[in-house]
Amino acid sequence: MHPAEQRGRTGLVIQDPDSQVILERVGDDVAFGCENLGVPRDEIWMRVRDSLAQVGLDVALDRNTSALSGGQKQRLALAGVLAMRPGLIVLDEPTANLDPHGVTEVRDAVIRVAEATGATIVVVEHRVAVWSEVVDRIVVLAAGGGVIADGRPSEVLNHQGEELAARGVWVPQFPPARPRRAERGAPQTLLRAEQLGFGRNKRALGVPLDLDILSSRALAITGPNGAGKSTLALTLGGLLAPVTGAVVANKALASGAGEYPIRWKSRELLTRIGTVFQDPEHQFLKSTVRAELEVGPHALKLADAEVDARVEELLTRLRLDPLAEANPFTLSGGEKRRLSVATALATRPQVLVLDEPTFGQDSRTWSELLALLARLVDDGSSVIAVSHDLEFVDALADSTVVLT
Amino acid sequence: MIPIAAVNPVAKLGAGLIVSLFLIVTIDWVSATTALLLELSIIAFMGIEPRRFWLRTLPVWLAAPLTALTIMLYGRYGGDVYFEFLFIRISDGSVELALATFLRVLAIGLPAVVLFISIDPTDFADGLAQRLRLPDRFVLGALAAVRMVGLFLDDWRSLELARRARGVADRGRLRRVAGQGFALLVLSIRRGSKLSIAMEARGFGGDTPRTWARESRWGAAEWITLIVGLLIGVAATVVAVLTGSWTFIAR
Repeated sequence: MHPAEQRGRTGLVIQDPDSQVILERVGDDVAFGCENLGVPRDEIWMRVRDSLAQVGLDVALDRNTSALSGGQKQRLALAGVLAMRPGLIVLDEPTANLDPHGVTEVRDAVIRVAEATGATIVVVEHRVAVWSEVVDRIVVLAAGGGVIADGRPSEVLNHQGEELAARGVWVPQFPPARPRRAERGAPQTLLRAEQLGFGRNKRALGVPLDLDILSSRALAITGPNGAGKSTLALTLGGLLAPVTGAVVANKALASGAGEYPIRWKSRELLTRIGTVFQDPEHQFLKSTVRAELEVGPHALKLADAEVDARVEELLTRLRLDPLAEANPFTLSGGEKRRLSVATALATRPQVLVLDEPTFGQDSRTWSELLALLARLVDDGSSVIAVSHDLEFVDALADSTVVLT
Repeated sequence: MIPIAAVNPVAKLGAGLIVSLFLIVTIDWVSATTALLLELSIIAFMGIEPRRFWLRTLPVWLAAPLTALTIMLYGRYGGDVYFEFLFIRISDGSVELALATFLRVLAIGLPAVVLFISIDPTDFADGLAQRLRLPDRFVLGALAAVRMVGLFLDDWRSLELARRARGVADRGRLRRVAGQGFALLVLSIRRGSKLSIAMEARGFGGDTPRTWARESRWGAAEWITLIVGLLIGVAATVVAVLTGSWTFIAR
């Protein structure tokens, strides 16, 4: 049987909440699938209400979909799928972009739906812990194709857990290794937020903030989706202008470049504050991995020999050497993340700002990234990381700012 | 107050087009003035917040004098000539034509803007597909695409900041914008394909005839809207013909 003839029998929820909202109003968006399947009008609205109730999304039908949080958007997508009354629902990392609260929200909605409708649920997921208690069967696929493990969750995780963990699967019983920390120097203030109001379009989010960014220390920024974590990170990174107050660099960091990072030239930022964006694709400029790594050092006008040395070192350290001639856009998610971190490291900034560095990573890349960042901190740099990932925050951060 | 927001967007579009049609075939100032006065008296009763009205119609207020100025400097000459320099020739004819153009741009532009600020894209799409029977694949595809514009703006800002972070934002602005444009194109194609997967997963593009969750209503209010458009157009033409100033554009 061809899948195209089974339109509407299979529902799909994908990773990115923004890419699957189709219409502007909540009710219309849920109704979209029913309309396409030719369901009569009265029945559509009945189904819309049922589905929204099942996923626990208690908002007005004319609520604007862009005003929903990430967790709500994912439940909206699930409701849209449910309204089609499918026999099979496929979810592709449905919680990857969500804060811990959103993760539970969506998972519980999926379980409720499975129980209420009897539909088969297939979840594609890195993070086994979220689902291992609730699924009946786990299939682990090999990187090059083929199946590594297949069976009941308890059997698979108990018998093959260690092997799977070594391959990068997140097995709750075998958490990835945490780095051993070295002796660290005394912290010095590099950057200060003074009564900092941050936001876009001149509107400040939340109350003004005072913060000290210290050398040899890591700071985590956490909080729910939409609290402004990324905005704060970009403001501290000298990329967005503060709405009120100021971000001030001390003399050691500024080293002749002026007090306010936002007034620094783009080139002056390179050795002082490096920023790694949430979406690596936003910061790729060149058509090969090697050229991408050379951008920063070239902008600093380093000698060719020095550029080569730095690039080679990073390629090896981040396991990117086999990909040196590949196009950055063709890399896997984990490789893109490693490359985007490497591009920032190439200019050796004293402060490194990272937005969701562990998002969507397998456990192997996760512990490599963690080790790399821990070493930077131990060697005297300052790391600021925005993250939902509580384990990561716990392993790395010396202090945490929680935005609400 | 006239509840224009509830009127079917297709009727609003229709009324706007009808008025324009009457005003496009003539180039005199009397017809434009008549239409403009009638329109303004209707707009005054629509209950649009003044600030919103001026803000949204600002482009029209800017475009009208600029177009008029161009016509005044380079337009068809006739009667006394007041000023001449190279290709510039200001004459009785060009001044009159400029005035008529100024009024015409306002008479066509203002109602178009006012009618469109109250249009909801979803209702508009419903109207186009259900009332005008435009292909629903096309209409809904366009509707979904419009919703993505906001995401593109976010992408563009991120691209800009990322270039500053990469140390390449100090010079070569023109080249950088070109590169950013290309990057945005790549990102938008990815977003677009994700969206189309999401739409197809919800049964979009199948052979089953589609039903509509929202009925695009068409009743008295819609007919009245069209008739008002027609009346404005006819009134403008009649007044112009009676005063002897109606001038067919192709003359």
